[in-house]
Amino acid sequence: MTTLFTSDHEWLQIDGDTATIGITDFAQSQLGDVVFVELPKAGRSLKKAETAATVESVKAASDVYAPISGEVVESNDALAADPSLINSDPQGKAWFFKLKLADKSELDGLMDEAAYKAQTD
Amino acid sequence: MSEPATFSSLKRVPLHALHLSCGGKVVPFAGYEMPVQYAAGVLKEHLHTRTSAGLFDVSHMGQIRLRPKSGRVEDAAAALERLVPQDILGIAPGRQRYALFTNNEGGILDDLMVANFGDELFLVVNAACKADDEAHLRAHLARDCEIIPLPDRALIALQGPKAVGVLAKFDAGIAAMRFMDSGPRTLLDIPCFVSRSGYTGEDGFEISVPAADVERLVTTLLADAAVLPIGLGARDSLRLEAGLCLYGHDIDTTTTPVEAALEWSIQKARRKGGAREGGFPGANTILRQLEEGAPSRRVGLKAEGRAPVREGAPLFADASSTNKIGRVTSGGFGPSVNGPVAMGYVPTPLATPGTGLFTELRGQRLPMHVAKLPFVAPTYQR
Repeated sequence: MTTLFTSDHEWLQIDGDTATIGITDFAQSQLGDVVFVELPKAGRSLKKAETAATVESVKAASDVYAPISGEVVESNDALAADPSLINSDPQGKAWFFKLKLADKSELDGLMDEAAYKAQTD
Repeated sequence: MSEPATFSSLKRVPLHALHLSCGGKVVPFAGYEMPVQYAAGVLKEHLHTRTSAGLFDVSHMGQIRLRPKSGRVEDAAAALERLVPQDILGIAPGRQRYALFTNNEGGILDDLMVANFGDELFLVVNAACKADDEAHLRAHLARDCEIIPLPDRALIALQGPKAVGVLAKFDAGIAAMRFMDSGPRTLLDIPCFVSRSGYTGEDGFEISVPAADVERLVTTLLADAAVLPIGLGARDSLRLEAGLCLYGHDIDTTTTPVEAALEWSIQKARRKGGAREGGFPGANTILRQLEEGAPSRRVGLKAEGRAPVREGAPLFADASSTNKIGRVTSGGFGPSVNGPVAMGYVPTPLATPGTGLFTELRGQRLPMHVAKLPFVAPTYQR
């Protein structure tokens, strides 16, 4: 499995033709305390760059965009029930949704961890 | 990351270096660089203030002395009554009162605190309005009063149930102060103006202190285990839960005191049939609305579910109507309520608590209802 990153501070864990998607530790530190999250329902078809989820912190609402195109196969009910997981475990328990990839070539434009870290430093 | 260019034109408060050393995240606010939060984060800072004591720097706010040329404080009070619908002559020495500068249409130019120090009045006004307020005072009161802005004084607030115990260690007499008592007091040999008031719904104090001494006072207060520094983010969620208006959002030049549900701030003496009826800008409109009501009204709003409904969200009478009947003027997540809380304006017939309404959030209608204000019961020591 490989983990890739976007310049919008999302991470994607790729397992075959499925990607598990969430937001990075840097993103959660910028958002502050998260109090609400709206996730896409299973079965929804997402186009790359379309709004996929919304994260509400105490301060503001932020959209999370689909980093690649595909069909949502599962969204994280545990996260919807406890949005503070985004602050406590952003790159683990706080995954947002799983996507069945529509076009694997879309992964080519994404960063590896070293490139992403260089961007946020 | 590089700082936005706009920072260069911003003013800094005397505690700027201390904010940074406490882990404060500094943002532009009303022309100043102010801490929006510290390391603990908005949620913890909010809850800490409700259970212990939170220290706020509000030095961006304007402090103005009104010194009567005659030497009689009543003359300054009578002069100020030309600009506000409040009973200023009725403020006893050592007390303060909430007041509103109104315009000729009955709209609100600013909200402020007015204290009677016995020989002069002391005003605290909003940061974004302070230049206009000062000009307004000079234009209308210069004959009767010296108008003395105090840019060399910082302003801090210590709020929460443990605030009184923290301050009493330096001045045992502080515990005898009642809500809205105000006057000069010495803390750590520093000449301060202390009022028992605030903007959180909690018992607490606001302290005006010479800029040169503020770091020493604040460092001493922060050394108390009960005290944490609190940013403007939590200040906003605290005042929203307390149902208190934020100027420029919940009240402005287009809202009258009656529309804003601030009738309680206008005493009998200035109302119809009172000893000093009217005589302030917009009196015709405001006195009529006090008798007859206004077409719209500020109310508390609660949403079903957990999604915060924020400033600017439209309000509708039902699930399908496209006719916008009102709007949210302040809204967010209330950490003590543990859910979304908001305030907004609705037509007066829909202002009764319990009335169902709808807002629109990300293209979907979301049910809301009018709720009684405040959302959290105040703990003022009256």
